[in-house]
Amino acid sequence: MTTRMRSFNEVLLSVENISLSFGGVKALTDISFDIAKGEIRAIIGPNGAGKSSMLNCINGFYHPQQGAITYKGVRRSQMKPHEAAEQGIARTFQNIALFRGMSTLDNIMTGRNLRMKTGLFWQALHIGPAQREEIENRKVVERIIDFLEIQHIRKAPVGQLPYGLQKRVELGRALAAEPELLLLDEPMAGMNIEEKQDMCRFILDVNDEFGTTICLIEHDMGVVMDISDRVVVLDYGRKIGDGVPDEVRSNEAVVAAYLGVSH
Amino acid sequence: MLYREAGQFKTTYVADQQIFPILQDRLFVLAVIVAAFLAVPMFASPYIYTEILIPFLILSMAAIGLNILVGYCGQVSLGTGGFMAVGAYAAYNLWLRVPELNNLIVVFLFGGVMAAAVGILFGIPSLRIKGFYLAVATLASQFFLDWLFARVKWLTNYTPSGSVAVGKLEVFGWHVDTPADRYLLILGLVVVATLVAKNLVRGHIGRSWMAIRDMDIAAEIIGFRPLRTKLTAFAVSSFFIGVAGAMWAFLRLGAWEPLAFDINRSFQILFMVIIGGLGSLIGSFLGAAFIVLMPILLNQLPGWFGVRMSTALLSHLEFMVFGAMIVFFLIVEPHGLARLWAVAKEKLRLWPFPH
Repeated sequence: MTTRMRSFNEVLLSVENISLSFGGVKALTDISFDIAKGEIRAIIGPNGAGKSSMLNCINGFYHPQQGAITYKGVRRSQMKPHEAAEQGIARTFQNIALFRGMSTLDNIMTGRNLRMKTGLFWQALHIGPAQREEIENRKVVERIIDFLEIQHIRKAPVGQLPYGLQKRVELGRALAAEPELLLLDEPMAGMNIEEKQDMCRFILDVNDEFGTTICLIEHDMGVVMDISDRVVVLDYGRKIGDGVPDEVRSNEAVVAAYLGVSH
Repeated sequence: MLYREAGQFKTTYVADQQIFPILQDRLFVLAVIVAAFLAVPMFASPYIYTEILIPFLILSMAAIGLNILVGYCGQVSLGTGGFMAVGAYAAYNLWLRVPELNNLIVVFLFGGVMAAAVGILFGIPSLRIKGFYLAVATLASQFFLDWLFARVKWLTNYTPSGSVAVGKLEVFGWHVDTPADRYLLILGLVVVATLVAKNLVRGHIGRSWMAIRDMDIAAEIIGFRPLRTKLTAFAVSSFFIGVAGAMWAFLRLGAWEPLAFDINRSFQILFMVIIGGLGSLIGSFLGAAFIVLMPILLNQLPGWFGVRMSTALLSHLEFMVFGAMIVFFLIVEPHGLARLWAVAKEKLRLWPFPH
């Protein structure tokens, strides 16, 4: 296993002392970390550690009771999901959240929704600005379709696609927004080795070619240690480790959380 | 054999995004429209116009409106009759009180716009309420609107029974008197409305509706605003329904009372959408045809075979057979007649070869 060593200076997003609870259940307690521009940042931890809650806080779906998130220099305690989307944060979901009644093409086109502005009048006529806008965005979407190698399922309803392809379409929908920060919630869950390799390749390519900053949650340690630049480890809603993969691997608290400790 | 798309290659996105990408489909639809405009008036009798074609076309338009809301945006509504009434009475009041604007297009558009406004108002609860509960909330709108038109006498011009009538009708100087004139006017409006509906559902507005329908949380996270999207659907849907209501009142009934747009009308349109196929424009037409034509057909059928029976028995039989057919269709094809249509087209592509 080789670990990529890259250095980053500019902080894109920093999480400061976030605490989130649902009634009496503390999902997150006093979490702080940062994501540097251009890096691949992984969040790992056992089940129920609060990883998905963390992503939900970052993209405005949950509103933490304490703490603040600074994104692109703007510090705020909460924002709405569509504001996060407008700021360039896109994500995929642990359980596939595609629009099942629509085709692959339409699903990825929805990712462009914030860039499609023509009003009801032109849309009703579907000429002039509406048609131009549709074609321009279609071109972008077709590049993503080429990139993800899903040309053959362009017109297929996504509900009928196999799991691995659905995951890929979901990545495509997130990419269509041309995000600065891409949040991936278990992009490789339930995949076989080949599908995982493909997905790793896509993630690394997105990071290299588009310079997209990526924050991912993943359970496959091999994958995490291979592709991420830095890793945050959560357990029971607390941060127990943070650093480059080699540091995290030798961190005693992390080993204890994953393997248990002998008493 | 003739229905093949082989050899039809798309080289531009414009060509790929046509409403009917397959040449044969384009020709077929064109032929249907031309026949409807030119061939039908040559043989149709007043009975065919007023009992079959006019109701079919107007209710198709209402079904398209409801399908936008229920089929494309996933918001169940039982208030269709009420929104049709808003369209009808708004159009009536404009026609009555501003005689200078005696142009049916203007009058109908006004009815549609008012219905859209009322639709937006009653759509606001949809942000919080979903599914069956939203259906109940829209049911409340139906009862409220029924009450409004029965009780607020100004809206019905203080006629004692609440029954109103319209007289001379014209469009840009064209007097719409005979059933044939009415049919042509309705046909023109329905063709335009269908085109507009298709354009909306294939563009980004339609995608926003379907995104909310399929997975509202994901839609919100990728940037759609749920309230705005749902209210657009309510507005557009109610606009179509309002125009259909105005057409129903002016061109089908001529004289009407609030009962013409009661809860039964709401159910009738909803059944059209469900039987025709949710989220399909052709389904709206097929559903309307089924609901409008099947009772007439069932009524006539025994006579054609020389079977004599009493009117009472006939109408009871009609209800029973019609009900059984609805159940049968929904068991055989829960996705409606539109799916049967799609399957038939798929089969036709391969016919006469099995694979």
